[in-house]
Amino acid sequence: MTYLQKPKLHHPQLPTNGLGFTHRDYEGAISTLCAGCGHDSISSAIIQACFELSLPPHRIAKLSGIGCSSKTPTYFLGQAHGFNSVHGRMPSVLTGANVANRELIYLGVSGDGDSASIGLGQFAHSIRRGVNMVYIVENNGVYGLTKGQFSATSDLGSKSKKGAVNTDSPIDLVSMALQLGASFVGRSFSGDKRQLVPLIKAAINHHGAAFIDCISPCIAFNNHAGSTKGFDFVREHNEAVNYMDVMIGREPIVADYAPGTVEVVTQHDGSVLRLRKLVEHYDPSDRLAAINYLQERSASGEIVTGLLYVDPKADDLHDHLNTVARPLNELGTADLVPGAAALDKLNASLR
Amino acid sequence: MIAAGRYSDAYMVNWTSNVFPGVLGRTCDRPCEPACRRGRVEKEPVAICRLKRVAADNKDDIRARLPKVPEVRNGKRVALIGAGPASLTVARDLAPHGYEVVLYDADPKAGGMIRSQIPRFRLPESVIDEEVGYILGLGIELRLGQRVDSLKALLAEGYDAVFVGSGAPRGRELELPGRKEAAANIHIGIDWLSSVSFGHVDKIGKRVIVLGGGNTAMDCCRTSRRLGGEDVKVIVRSGFEEMKASPWEKEDAMHEDIPILNYLVPKEFLHTNGRLTGVKFEKVAAQYDAKGRRSLKPTGEPDQVFECDDVLVAVGQENAFPWIERDIGLEFDKWDMPVVDAKTMQSTLPKVFFGGDAAFGPKNIIWAVAHGHDAAVSIDKYCNGQDVSQRPPPMVTLASQKMGIHEWSYDNDISNDARSVVPLRPKEVALKDVRLEVELGFDSKLGYKEAERCLNCDVQTVFTPALCIECDACTDICPEDCITFTANGTEEDLRTRLTAPAPNATQALYVSSALKTERVMVKDEDVCLHCGMCAERCPTGAWDMQKYLLEMTHAGPACRSQ
Repeated sequence: MTYLQKPKLHHPQLPTNGLGFTHRDYEGAISTLCAGCGHDSISSAIIQACFELSLPPHRIAKLSGIGCSSKTPTYFLGQAHGFNSVHGRMPSVLTGANVANRELIYLGVSGDGDSASIGLGQFAHSIRRGVNMVYIVENNGVYGLTKGQFSATSDLGSKSKKGAVNTDSPIDLVSMALQLGASFVGRSFSGDKRQLVPLIKAAINHHGAAFIDCISPCIAFNNHAGSTKGFDFVREHNEAVNYMDVMIGREPIVADYAPGTVEVVTQHDGSVLRLRKLVEHYDPSDRLAAINYLQERSASGEIVTGLLYVDPKADDLHDHLNTVARPLNELGTADLVPGAAALDKLNASLR
Repeated sequence: MIAAGRYSDAYMVNWTSNVFPGVLGRTCDRPCEPACRRGRVEKEPVAICRLKRVAADNKDDIRARLPKVPEVRNGKRVALIGAGPASLTVARDLAPHGYEVVLYDADPKAGGMIRSQIPRFRLPESVIDEEVGYILGLGIELRLGQRVDSLKALLAEGYDAVFVGSGAPRGRELELPGRKEAAANIHIGIDWLSSVSFGHVDKIGKRVIVLGGGNTAMDCCRTSRRLGGEDVKVIVRSGFEEMKASPWEKEDAMHEDIPILNYLVPKEFLHTNGRLTGVKFEKVAAQYDAKGRRSLKPTGEPDQVFECDDVLVAVGQENAFPWIERDIGLEFDKWDMPVVDAKTMQSTLPKVFFGGDAAFGPKNIIWAVAHGHDAAVSIDKYCNGQDVSQRPPPMVTLASQKMGIHEWSYDNDISNDARSVVPLRPKEVALKDVRLEVELGFDSKLGYKEAERCLNCDVQTVFTPALCIECDACTDICPEDCITFTANGTEEDLRTRLTAPAPNATQALYVSSALKTERVMVKDEDVCLHCGMCAERCPTGAWDMQKYLLEMTHAGPACRSQ
C-alpha cells in the first residue's frame, strides 16, 4: 500500500515562531495510521505545542514502545532524536537516556497496551522515580493492531465492536500516576486541542515526571455505540475542570477573566500557567482531593479532564541522585579519571 | 492530459473554447494567469499559456476529430466582416450547425491581426495557416481581398445576420511639429508591422525610436532589431511600471538589447532637408493629487534629443467605421462607437452583431474569441426567432474521483517546482531572421514538469456534514491549514477565527451546516491545493474529491429554449 505524501507547499501567511520555523517544520513523515485516528490529532497537538514553545527540534528526544501509539513519533518532529524500544520498555530506555543526558527534552509516547499491560511496571517506576519527562499515553481502550480486543484500560461494561461486554476492571493510569507521586498529571481528549495543546506545553515546561493520559478514539475498533472511548461518548461525558494558558517569559497577558476564576501557577522554569477554572472548588495543587474527585466522578460515569495535579516546585531524579550536571558524553578523561589524589581523598572520607 | 501525454485530447478540449491553442499558446495576453491559484501559494502561476502550445505542438493529426461540413444546410446566411479571431470564432461555432457563413476581409488571407500584426518570429505562419485552416475547412465561403465599403449594401444582400469583427484597424497618429516634413521616416506601428508581415517592408534604419508602451510597441522594436535596427530604443511617456505591455513582452524586448526609457513626452520630430534626424522629448515626472490620480508634470529640466533614422509610432489603436451608414438604425455613442450589448453582442440593429476590438475598442485575441462565442449564441438564437437575452447557464457536472484506498483518478501529487522558463533560440541567430521563431516552447519533459504544478482547480473538495464525526483528521493533515471547525458566525466574523489567515475576501469561505457539536466546518478555498489529503485522511468519507466540469454554452440546439 502506498501513501500519498503531504505536499510541501504551505499557507503563504503561516506564522513563524521565535526560531523562524513554521509549524510545518515540526512535522514528521506522513502518518500510516488509519484515517481519522485520534493519535494523529495528538501528534498534531505535540507539533503545535513544540512550535508555540519555539523548541529546537534537535533538542528533543521522542521515545516509544510498541503499538499504534508508539508508531506516532515517526509522524511528528522529524528532526528530533527518536528511539522505538521493546514493547512496554520505553520508560526504562527513557530513564537511561535521561540519566546520561539531562539536557534534552524527553517525550515518552505510549499507549494503553504498552503502558497499562506489558509495561505497567516500567510505567510505575519511571513515575515513582520522578524522571524529568513528558509521558503521554494515547489511550484508546482497545488493541487496535491486533484487531480490537479489550485493553487494560477498557471500562467495565463497555462493548467491543462485535458486541462483547468487558467484564474486567479498568486500570486508571491517572489515579496510578497520582498515587505514584507524579508531579504533573493531566488528562485530555484528542478531539479537544484547545485543552490538549496548552497541557502539553505546560508538561514540557514542568520539571519532574509529567504524565498525560489522552483519550484517543480508535476509529476502526472503538468508536461505536457502547464504547466509552469514542468521540460521541467522550464529548458527552467530558468534565473539564479547567482550561489553561501557558505564558512563557514576558509574553503580554491579554486574556481578561472575572476575578477568582483564574488560578496562576508559576513553574520551576518561570513559565506561568493560568488556569481558568470550570469546576469551582477544584484545586490542582491538592493531590488527595484530586484522587478523591477522580474516583467520585468516575463512579458517576464522567471523564475528568484538564490539569488535575501540579507540584510546581517538584524535584526530579537527578536532584534525588545528585548526579553530575553535564551530559555524560561531554565528560572528558580528566573528569572520568580524576587521579590518585582524588581516590585517596575518597578513601579517606570512608575511613 | 498534458502531463499524461494526451496532447491531442488536451488540444481538442482547448480548441472547443479558445479556438486557437497554437496561436494563443504563443501570443496570448494571459488574463488567466493572474487568476491561477498557484500564484496564491507560491511566487508564480502555472505557465498555462505555454502549456497550450505544448498541446498544440505535440498533438497528432486531429483533423478527423474536427466537426464535419454539414450535409444539409439550415438555409440561414450569415455574413462575417473581417477575418480575424472574432469572426473566425463565430464561423467555427455556426458552420457545423448548417449555417451558410460568408467571410469578408480586405486582406488576401484570413487571420486578421493574428496574421498582419503579430510578427512571424513570435508566431510562425504555419501555425496561423493550420488553425485558421481548421475553421475555413468547415465549408466557409471566402470573400478575401474584398473590403466591405457599405453595411447598407451588404444588408441589402439579404443576410439573416451580420457579424462585425473588423477590429481596430487604425493606428493612432501623433501630430507633432515635423510630422509632415519627416513623414518618409515616421511610420504607424500596426501598419508597418502589417507591411513587414506581408513582405512589403524588409529593412529599417540603424537607429530606431519606438514611441509607445503597449504590446504593439514591443513588436515594433523587436521587429526593427531583425530588419537592420542596431540602436533601437523604446521611449514612453509614463513610468516603466505603468506601461500597457505585458511584463514578459517588456522582458523579451530588453533581452534583445532594447532599452526602455520612461517619463519622456515627445515634443517635436527634428529634420533637415526633409529627412528625419531625431526626436525632441520633454522630461516629466509623475505627480499624484489628493485623490491619487496621476498626472505627468514637466520637471523643468532641459529637453532631451535622441537622434534616429526612423520612428515607429505605436501609441494606440482606434476603431473606424466610415463604412457603416449612420441612417440604417445602428446607433453610435458619443465616442462614435457602436452601441453594443456586452452580453449578447447585439447592436441596436437586431440582425447586426459586433465582437472583438470592433465592439468595445482594442483588447486582445482571447477576448475577441469570447465575444465570438457569445455572438454566435446570439446569432443562433436570433435566426431561430428566439430572445437573444435568454441564455442558458453553462453545464456543470461533479463526479467523485475516489477509486479505492489511497487511489484517486486524478493526479494529486503536487509538484514543488518553480515555474519553468521557456527556452529561447540564441540571440545571435534569432536577430538575423524576422521569420525565425524565437521561443522554442516547452518540450514534452518541461511540459510535464510545468503541468505537475497545477493545483487541480477542476477537482473540488466536497463536504457532507451528516457523515462528519469531527475527528479533526482533515484539519491536522491540511498542508495549507485551510480547514477549521468552529462556532458558526457571519463570514466576516468567521474569518477572524480560522486556523490560518484568509485575507482574500473575493474568495468565499466554504461553510457547512451545523455538525453534531453544533460547530460548523469552515474551509478557506483561497489557497487549497486540491491535494485530497483531507479526503484521504477522512475516516467516514465526509470529504470527497469531485471532478468539476464546466461546459460553456455554445451555439447550436443546446443554447435554444425548448
